[in-house]
Amino acid sequence: MKTLISTRQVALRQGERQILSDISLELREAEITSVIGPNGAGKTSLVRILLDLNRPTSGSVHRAQHLRIGYMPQKLNVNTALPLKVKRFLNLAAHSAMSIDEALQLAGASQLKEQSMHKLSGGETQRVLLARALLAKPQLLVLDEPAQGVDITGQEALYQRISDLRDTLHCAVLVVSHDLHWVMAKTDSVICLNQHVCCHGHPQTVSTDPAYLTLFGQQAETALAPYVHEHDHAHSIDGDVIGGGACQHD
Amino acid sequence: MTDLLLYALAAGMILVAATGPLGTIIVWQRMAYYGDTLAHSALLGVALGLMLNVSIELSVIGVCVLLALGLGPLHKVSGHNMDSLLGIAAHTSLALGLVAVSLQSGSGIDLNSFLFGDIFAVTRRDLVLLACVAGGSLAVLLANWNALVALAAHRDLAQVEGRAVNRLEILQMVLIALVVAVGMKIVGVLLISALLIIPATAAGSLSRSPEAVAAGATALGMISVIGGMICALQLDIPAGPAIVLFASLLFFASVTLRKARAS
Repeated sequence: MKTLISTRQVALRQGERQILSDISLELREAEITSVIGPNGAGKTSLVRILLDLNRPTSGSVHRAQHLRIGYMPQKLNVNTALPLKVKRFLNLAAHSAMSIDEALQLAGASQLKEQSMHKLSGGETQRVLLARALLAKPQLLVLDEPAQGVDITGQEALYQRISDLRDTLHCAVLVVSHDLHWVMAKTDSVICLNQHVCCHGHPQTVSTDPAYLTLFGQQAETALAPYVHEHDHAHSIDGDVIGGGACQHD
Repeated sequence: MTDLLLYALAAGMILVAATGPLGTIIVWQRMAYYGDTLAHSALLGVALGLMLNVSIELSVIGVCVLLALGLGPLHKVSGHNMDSLLGIAAHTSLALGLVAVSLQSGSGIDLNSFLFGDIFAVTRRDLVLLACVAGGSLAVLLANWNALVALAAHRDLAQVEGRAVNRLEILQMVLIALVVAVGMKIVGVLLISALLIIPATAAGSLSRSPEAVAAGATALGMISVIGGMICALQLDIPAGPAIVLFASLLFFASVTLRKARAS
């Protein structure tokens, strides 16, 4: 399989702080690679280096020639003095290999085309950003915490969509995620990051790695178990909810 | 007299045709203070022009463009906030300009005409220079419009998509420097950035697309120039401040209109 981006011993230092050290990794064609790690682990810094938005302090990054990258940033803060409809926002893309309608449809955002960018909900904004990332028919899709600000049902749909997109577009995906369930079930390769690469490989290998278990502990144990949801209420013997909030399962 | 009026009107229209779209870019990029800094440094350009006995317009353009190009590297080297650096650059160059002008003893130079401009003193030669510089800037701006809007909307996205963001940033700074330099003649050093910011902000709150903001800013700028000139002639007040006050009135009207629309 072709390697799209590889890094060798990449390190990043900001002032006195070591943000990343000794990162060597490969992103391969049509593979979903996920990056997990605690807050402050340097996930976004790593993504920015891979995208050539920041330069590493040392080490090297090699990108395949003419690599088409679609990037979905963590947040979109468009100045409110700049009025933009969704279709105009997509029109700002430097290169388009598909029509705006096609991209919107793939991202599940067709009905948002005429909306103002400033009036979108968190989930809608993410879908529009995904559409913009898809416009260039990317070989590599880079998603930095795509589920941020998206409600639980929306998150599931979004992750499902990402898996589907890999299959329809045959693109590689790099995704920074907090959702260990999805990461372990649906991605091909996991990078567990905490300033350095703690462990790296197939989800099954990673999930039994001591470094992973130390880093994620309790959370990790539930990640491989079937879906467990947090209860803020109790159930009576016949399943009725007693006290607490509304229950969404049956 | 009619010649003077026509020149003044033409100068005002040409200037706001450029300050409209350029001002919207400044507002979107939150560069308001930047325009101010360039305007302050224009006075240093005036003084240098007098000292070196070269065309004042050219020396003002030179100083503004050099400052625009120098600020980025200074920001990187010094590590200080851009905000603070802009303040320092603005007032250092203003003070230096004032000192340099005062040293030209007996030159009979009227500082007021540079600080406040005089649209009614525009000559045919001024008009030609203005048309070339403002017209050229506007043409370059429009040719790069989509890229500049993309930059203002999301810098990182634009960069990942392969836009030359550093080049675009330098381009927009140089364009602002050019327009500030030629606009100084008309509304003066102290008020030129008002002409960039006020119509663009007023138009922004009433528009639904980036292009509508730019066109609206130019339209509001034109109304301000005409209204300001009429007030200046009728009430015998200086034209520069009258134009800016007229723009401010339109801004407050836009705020009211927006509130009315929302409710």
